[in-house]
Amino acid sequence: MDFEYFMQLFFGGLTRGSIYALIALGYTMVYGIIQLINFAHGEIYMIGAFTGLIVSSVLTMAGMPALGVIVMAAMAAVIYSSAYGFTMEKIAYRPLRNAPRLSALISAIGMSLFLQNYVLLAQTSDFLPFPSLIPDFAFWEPYAHIISSPEIVILGTTFVVMVLLTIMIKFTRIGKAMRATSQDKIMAALLGINVDKIISITFVVGSATAAIGGILIASHIGQINFYMGFIVGIKAFVAAVLGGIGSIPGAVLGAFVLGWTESFFTGYISSDYEDVFAFVILVVILIFRPSGILGKSETQKV
Amino acid sequence: MKKILDVSNLTMDFGGLRAIDNLDISIHEGEIAALIGPNGAGKTTFFNCITGIYKPTGGDILIAPRGSSQRINGLKPNIVTKKGLARTFQNIRLFSSMTVLENVMIGCHPVTKAGVLGAIFRGAGTRAEERFIAERSYALLKKIGLENFANELAINLPYGDQRRLEIARAMATDPFLLLLDEPAAGMNPQETKTLDDLIIRIRDEDNISILLIEHDMKLVMSLSDNIHVVDYGKKIAEGTPEQIRNNDVVIKAYLGEEIDA
Amino acid sequence: MTAGNEIKRSFAASIWFMFLTFPIMVIKVNTVTNTVEWRWANMIWVGIGAFFLSMLWRYLLLRKETGGKKEVGDKPGIIQTIAANRRFSIPALTGLGVFILVFPHLFSMYQTSIMISALIYVMLGLGLNIVVGLAGLLDLGYVAFFAVGAYSFALLNLNFGITFWVALPLGGLLGGFSGIILGYPVLRLRGDYLAIVTLGFGEIIRLVLENWSEFSQGPSGIANIPKPTLFGIDLSLDQETVYLFYILVTLVIFTIFVINRLQDSRIGRAWIALKDDEIACQAMGIDKAKTKLRAFALGATWAGMGGVIFAAKTTFVNPASFTIWESIIILCTVVLGGMGSILGVISGALLLILLPEYLRDFGQFRMITFGSVLVLMMVFRPGGIVENIRRTYTFKRKMETK
Repeated sequence: MDFEYFMQLFFGGLTRGSIYALIALGYTMVYGIIQLINFAHGEIYMIGAFTGLIVSSVLTMAGMPALGVIVMAAMAAVIYSSAYGFTMEKIAYRPLRNAPRLSALISAIGMSLFLQNYVLLAQTSDFLPFPSLIPDFAFWEPYAHIISSPEIVILGTTFVVMVLLTIMIKFTRIGKAMRATSQDKIMAALLGINVDKIISITFVVGSATAAIGGILIASHIGQINFYMGFIVGIKAFVAAVLGGIGSIPGAVLGAFVLGWTESFFTGYISSDYEDVFAFVILVVILIFRPSGILGKSETQKV
Repeated sequence: MKKILDVSNLTMDFGGLRAIDNLDISIHEGEIAALIGPNGAGKTTFFNCITGIYKPTGGDILIAPRGSSQRINGLKPNIVTKKGLARTFQNIRLFSSMTVLENVMIGCHPVTKAGVLGAIFRGAGTRAEERFIAERSYALLKKIGLENFANELAINLPYGDQRRLEIARAMATDPFLLLLDEPAAGMNPQETKTLDDLIIRIRDEDNISILLIEHDMKLVMSLSDNIHVVDYGKKIAEGTPEQIRNNDVVIKAYLGEEIDA
Repeated sequence: MTAGNEIKRSFAASIWFMFLTFPIMVIKVNTVTNTVEWRWANMIWVGIGAFFLSMLWRYLLLRKETGGKKEVGDKPGIIQTIAANRRFSIPALTGLGVFILVFPHLFSMYQTSIMISALIYVMLGLGLNIVVGLAGLLDLGYVAFFAVGAYSFALLNLNFGITFWVALPLGGLLGGFSGIILGYPVLRLRGDYLAIVTLGFGEIIRLVLENWSEFSQGPSGIANIPKPTLFGIDLSLDQETVYLFYILVTLVIFTIFVINRLQDSRIGRAWIALKDDEIACQAMGIDKAKTKLRAFALGATWAGMGGVIFAAKTTFVNPASFTIWESIIILCTVVLGGMGSILGVISGALLLILLPEYLRDFGQFRMITFGSVLVLMMVFRPGGIVENIRRTYTFKRKMETK
């Protein structure tokens, strides 16, 4: 077995996993708090990428230096994705807070369709080249064939985001409020927590991490398209479910497991059935262990 | 008197929590028995174990409606119902899309058999069966006094009526033992009296034995032939209403240590 | 709400949306040619639109909240009043019947062809209605069974020369069978999980068809599927279309008949009980697993038959016709039309399929309209177009002698 090839696949999987993780976080947080599978979450990721592209192009053409462009584009992506997530929740999900789950799910599907076609119509159906915003570090050259500089940036950024998020959830007042709301909305409201605000914040945070993922991956792959959110969204969702939907460490774990298995599968066995693989994992997990690796099984009260 | 339900050494663990601890309860034919105890004592869990919603961790649940006894541990809920154990629920679980009559008609499911082909072709047999279901359900409604609401949506009924409807629905499954989970919860004294009469009539006229979980002590004392008291999943007393009324252990469980009997 | 307040809120909404949509609506970047296009007009449209729409939105939400509980005999819609009232329903049905019979002769072949598509969706919608509307099982992968039907005809014809009339029941059978196979693993799953797994199944089947070329001919699909013959006589293309139309109409009528019977039966009631409360339903002696599988199998049978007809109509099949979006469209016809209601599903299917065809100019807006309609319907009218006030079993008591 070629060790170098193995390492490439290993780090490749790690990178994939990071991106899936950033997006899976949004799914798992939203599901944890309102038990909704936000079908349109992948589109948030896509909008982040598009916004990043638009802003970076305008600024680059206006002559701003590369570093400034990266920062501005990233900020814009995060701000706008969060705004879209916030708005989406208010329009399509809040009115359905007490409706049967099917209604909310269909509304989410509708939102997903809407946003995809919104970008399609307002922009283009073409694949747009995305500039590589992350420079190659010269000192890393010797190792670049195993893992490239952009990939390191992706890993690093993901790590930082994870840490920040964990700190927020565990140690801040808002984090506590989020945990309380996800466990028992009525009680949380009775304790004075503004449940609506907390839910909005959850959407915002989830969207922000997805946007970061969007920028990173767009920069890495080099192109974006209005449809990109869909397939990555499904895979990130598989990751979230795999790790235990509703659990934040679960989402991360699931994402890396998925990333690695995909990477090794396509590297050693076949690349044709790459997408099928994710779905098969999804189906198998949900059938045999619906609560995922880290999740706790929900027992219904009779 | 013959035992129709014989539960021995029943144990139910949820992870590290022991909800039911070596519980023995027997019900005899023609009995109206009550299961009482403080909240969280494991009463509804007991019902869930018997009716197959939970699989008990240990013990034996035997039923003997007609002589030979069978072990029903771990059987699926619908099989348990078919064997003759019907129940109502602590939180009313009526079918919300259906009318009062339709709810009872569903109860007739285990005693009928029309399938897909019957549904599509509606031969004489199926049509007769449908008539039977409608007539039988209506008769049950009459028994509990709700026949005038037959075509109303079940969930539009007042609370007390909904509870009685659940009973009629359970009776439709043709049980030998009816398990009622807090049937008087939320009822006013008049509704409770109606319920009292109804339960006695069910036992006398339909030959159905009754086991009820209840917190309304007046109802329990008035109705029961035998009372089982549980606390923390263990049986702490059993006896007639007279015996239980004066039982120190029971009083202590409900009221706490401080009060002297 | 005072007028001033309303204006302030709408104004705020307007500003918000102008900000929100600014990059995507206003700026058009082309990284290939390195140009930027600024479309300020869009921003103005968004602003104005948001202003008025947000007012409308709040008004409609308010109206919905003060709507009140639904009753059984409460204000049925027009369509239902017509259907229920003998005086109207019989002439309406006869009129409809005549219209259908002469349809192909009144309208062009192109329109007949569209109508055939619409009717296939009606069939699919009615089938899915059993699963989603009656039994309450959210199946997002329904298209898989459609594909099974279509591909079984294609492959059986390719390998064994099977013709349409043999393929039709076979397709239904194979569909039903695959319904059981796919339904079995998901028996224990609830709501959302069921939806996702079925979605996964649907995609897996499509991807397998696309990649397993030895079996399914891959992305290029299978062509030269024969149309149905009339006692061995060969027909011209136009005649074939008309013939297929009548076959389909007959099938749809048959479907309506069967589903109507199923709804109003012991089995149908068991499904509704399952949907309403799974636990109570089991307590009534209903075998949860069997009931679910029955729903899946029956629903899938119809998709299978629809698939055979689809293959006959288009004379070729390829994996691209069986994507998730197809499942979603079929789901839309059920949900928007009025879940659980036969009339509703038919209206939903016809509306959803025919409308975009007749508004060809707005073709590219079809999907975005779908999306918006889904959201709007769920928020404001979750019951559907023909708001499903279930035709409950009305007990008619003969005169009792007291």
